[in-house]
Amino acid sequence: MLNVLKSREALLAASWLALIALAGSITPNFVSIQGLRDLMTDLSILVVLAVAQMIVILIRGIDLSVAANLAFTGMVVALLSVANPGLPTVVWPLVCIVVGAMVGMLNGALIAELQIPPIVVTLGTMSIWRGMIFVISGGSWVVQHQFPEGYLAVPRTQILGLTLFFWIGLTVAAGMWLVMTQTRFGRELYGMGGNPRAAQYAGVRVKHHEFWVYTITGALAGLSGWLWTSRYAMANTDVAAGFELQTVAACVIGGVAIAGGAGTVIGAVFGALFLGTLYNILPVIGVSQFWQQALSGAIILLAVYFNMISRKPPVRRILPLASPQGAGE
Amino acid sequence: MAVHENTTPLVELEGINKIFGGIHALRDAHCRIHAGEVVALVGENGAGKSTLVKTMTGLYQPNSGTIRVKGQAVRLATAKAASEYGITAIHQETTLFEELSIVENIFMGHPRTKPSGLLDWAAMRSEAREHLERVNLDVEPTTLLKQLSLGQQHMVAIARALAEAADVVIMDEPTASLSSNEIEKLYVIIEKLRDLGKGILFISHKFDEVFRIADRYVVFRDGAFVGDGNIAEVTEHDLVKMMVGREVGTVFPKRAVEIGAPLLEVASLSNGIEFKDVSFTLHKREILGFYGLVGAGRSEVMRAIMALSPYPFTGQIRLDGVPANWKICGDAIDAGVVYVPEDRRNQGAILPLSIRDNIALPSMKRLARGIWPDKSAERRLAQEYGRVFEIRAASIEQPVEDLSGGNQQKVVLARWLATNPDVVIVDEPTRGIDVGAKSAVHEALAEMVEQDLSVLLVSSELPELMGMADRIIVMRLGEMVAEFTRDDFSAELIAAYATGARAPQPAREVA
Amino acid sequence: MSVSHEAPADLPAPPTLSVGKILRSRELVLIGLLAMVFIGGNASSPWFLDIYNLLDSTAIFSEIALMALGTALVIITRDIDISMASILALSSLVMGLASQHLGLGAVPLVLIGLATGALCGAVNGTLVARLGMPAIVVTIGTMSLFRGIAAGILGDGKIAEFPTAFTAIGQSYLFGMIPLSFVVFILLSVVFVVLTHFTVLGRNLFALGNNPEGARYSGVRTNRLRFLLFTLNGLMAGLAAVFLTARLGSTRPDIAMGLEMEVITMVVLGGVSISGGKGTITGVVLAALVIGFLRLAVTLNNVPGNILIVFTGLLLIGSVALPIIGEKYAYLFKLMRRPRN
Repeated sequence: MLNVLKSREALLAASWLALIALAGSITPNFVSIQGLRDLMTDLSILVVLAVAQMIVILIRGIDLSVAANLAFTGMVVALLSVANPGLPTVVWPLVCIVVGAMVGMLNGALIAELQIPPIVVTLGTMSIWRGMIFVISGGSWVVQHQFPEGYLAVPRTQILGLTLFFWIGLTVAAGMWLVMTQTRFGRELYGMGGNPRAAQYAGVRVKHHEFWVYTITGALAGLSGWLWTSRYAMANTDVAAGFELQTVAACVIGGVAIAGGAGTVIGAVFGALFLGTLYNILPVIGVSQFWQQALSGAIILLAVYFNMISRKPPVRRILPLASPQGAGE
Repeated sequence: MAVHENTTPLVELEGINKIFGGIHALRDAHCRIHAGEVVALVGENGAGKSTLVKTMTGLYQPNSGTIRVKGQAVRLATAKAASEYGITAIHQETTLFEELSIVENIFMGHPRTKPSGLLDWAAMRSEAREHLERVNLDVEPTTLLKQLSLGQQHMVAIARALAEAADVVIMDEPTASLSSNEIEKLYVIIEKLRDLGKGILFISHKFDEVFRIADRYVVFRDGAFVGDGNIAEVTEHDLVKMMVGREVGTVFPKRAVEIGAPLLEVASLSNGIEFKDVSFTLHKREILGFYGLVGAGRSEVMRAIMALSPYPFTGQIRLDGVPANWKICGDAIDAGVVYVPEDRRNQGAILPLSIRDNIALPSMKRLARGIWPDKSAERRLAQEYGRVFEIRAASIEQPVEDLSGGNQQKVVLARWLATNPDVVIVDEPTRGIDVGAKSAVHEALAEMVEQDLSVLLVSSELPELMGMADRIIVMRLGEMVAEFTRDDFSAELIAAYATGARAPQPAREVA
Repeated sequence: MSVSHEAPADLPAPPTLSVGKILRSRELVLIGLLAMVFIGGNASSPWFLDIYNLLDSTAIFSEIALMALGTALVIITRDIDISMASILALSSLVMGLASQHLGLGAVPLVLIGLATGALCGAVNGTLVARLGMPAIVVTIGTMSLFRGIAAGILGDGKIAEFPTAFTAIGQSYLFGMIPLSFVVFILLSVVFVVLTHFTVLGRNLFALGNNPEGARYSGVRTNRLRFLLFTLNGLMAGLAAVFLTARLGSTRPDIAMGLEMEVITMVVLGGVSISGGKGTITGVVLAALVIGFLRLAVTLNNVPGNILIVFTGLLLIGSVALPIIGEKYAYLFKLMRRPRN
């Protein structure tokens, strides 16, 4: 029950800290203030996207278009910022959220309204938006020196010793936690994922919720587009290629059930932290960067196996347990 | 009970029509429920009961007709709208959330919130506790639903209806998954609700329940209203006649056949989880009945025999004296033992496929030449069994899902009998099917033994077992507790063993 | 066993394949699409209808289409496999290593490529069918794992030391004009059509796809079948690896990157239902031709591949969405004409 879920998250958190400690013992720089600050900055994007992916998986969906959305939105905002360097920086994240939400709405409309399987829809939109990057950019790159100054500087602003990247990641995670645990919308998503028909019978507006889930996921992917372009100071066709799989992996590691209906925001966050940290640590512990992908594959499989074991369908016992007449429950 | 002719009904349906494709599911249907009464809705399968329920709860939109709530014409566009008008239903299928807590199950779709818009967990917990008390369920509201037994889960569903503060509570076959003990508890709750002035629509196949709890009855046939009245003024015979539209005999078509040598011998079967030390012998041309409450472990034994159980077991199975070591269900079918499962939709048939495909599939090894299926042989087989079972369809290429429930059931029986088995295990063959189809199934069972088959009949309907079986084995909590031969059949004794009211017979007699 | 007294009538037994069925089928839509691609291709480029151009372009999509054949079967049985492109990469690498270090000839290399593919597929099959893990996450995992192994071994390097007899596979033509991979694809398509639509195995496959539990209760060895299909799909990826590696004459860890999406697009465009139980191999073959020749038409017009994927994506969604929209629209139209009471 709840304790099991809690302990899973605790276990993840502990292994995450152990990972950092391991890296620190090899390269003390890794756990220096600057090292940790960089780590948190790096992880914020994966955290945002993992949380975005989590709510989709929770309702038995999947969004393979998050990375394409990120790249497309990133290119849109990069081009806009190059063309209008004078606008205040706060415009860019807003533009990203709006564009990303619109991309998500298309997914949501196709999935909720037309009832097309999410994997088909998002596979298609993934291609479409990847291709659209090329269409709007003509295949050219936007690189560091082209961005307006504030575009790159603002997210690096430090508050309480941590960058704005970190605070955005934290805000998204905390906000989603609040939505998923303390609001009607969030709890109804759990109901939809656990038993869609029962949710409909209970009066949950299933289509409405489904549409908004994909829209929220799109908006968060859009926000990540801004984070990504300013973090890496570039926008091109191949930005974040394959990143959608990392978001799914983070969720699976975080204990989100791929069959829907079970999983927590905290789990997804720690799944993302664990996976992201692992990637950052590989060079530190002397493993070639080229093995990163194989390792993440193995970890996904292990996590899925672990999920399966811990979520075995309950055995419906008929024979009374050996204890004499102990059936008190 | 009170005569309500002069009061405004809580809910009233008038002239409701509902058409799916070309099928007229409801035809000028009407139905009225007043405050403080229990109305029994009876009708055969396909009579339109479920469609009516779904129309009343906003899940279906009628093509025409009026729904009035307390005299006012309303449109129930969604489940939410229906619940806002005070109509709630406890549906037949599980409509709960296994992964969530009792509190969330009770308040899904209509939560209590704080002024800030956030959920008020404390209020919901304490309110849930009250509702649980009212349904006599003594568990913490934060318990996850999956940790409860099926009966307890059903009580949660009722608590949920209470929490919705509904005026009209619809119960669609509420007793199907309950033990007799729990059914009694349910009656008490229904009476409590009635005394609180709620209107209750009670849907059931079982007449004893209808006569026990209902004040009025409404009968539907083929989607149309047939009649209603006070329950005190009808007999079971009248109700059956209204339901099927003709006289139906309750005589079981048991034939006298000579019971032969032992055929299927099962010795001390145990799997440590579901059943223990189950031993019996099925003879040639015998119908051996298995009685017990729902969840007594009967189906689990049958599935173990058929190599369909997820758990390994110990013990021996011999067919015709030869030890059977079946690894998968197909081995048992090849050996001449077939299992007609209880869950027709998920296990008994492959609904989207054609009648021919369905009938041919279990017989594929015999019909095919190596890896090549023989379609003309399949057609012949499907036509033969279509004729024998009087399956009504446009053609043998029609998908089974397009057939009526009764015809689907005929396909399910046909597809296993078409394998030419020696032993047929039939699991609840008449559950949830109407009176007319029931007697057809009984006829089929009688005919099977005449044609040299042997039958293991698992059923929760005692009259059916007593009518059809040569012997009855009673199971309780995974163990055999008694065995009766046809001459000693006694409904009271059998029921007493099944419920645990009598201690098990000594093992010597159970052989 | 008669209950009613009417004389029992025989159920008619119409032929299982009817003209009407074919006319309403997905295949017809695809043939229409194919015609449109040809008309559009011809109108936009004078080189499109050149027979050498047409046939030459088949070499590119045949490798993808081979994987689509296997994946179609996996999807019909309600599973999914998105690791094929990674299996291709790993098979390609193993062939490269065998060639580089052992100096093997063409035949052993081909066998090694096929075996590696089948082995990878068997890993998927074991995890999904034997251990009961969900196919989507298993193949997301093995997608990373298989390609990751290739990347880990080779880094950013490449292997280009293949015997000429091997690279000749990628440059052989039947009658001097039909690429070998296309010939193999067409032959295997026939095999798959027979396998899927005319054998007991095919029947079991559709039973499983429509109702896994019902199929098991009917005596179908469902888990063995799923395992076999994943293995078969791996084998097809291994075969695709042979052709692609031979055609390129070299292998790199990022070979066939992202091709899994094209494979699944072909399968879904071909009318295979992602929720299982429905689909035809002919549909998949036609979809492969549509996508393949669309690519040719677009390339001949100097449109970069990055934009081609927009068309593929639109085709994928449009082919599924349009019939649904049509149905909804027809329903609305009917509602407007029927006065409501």
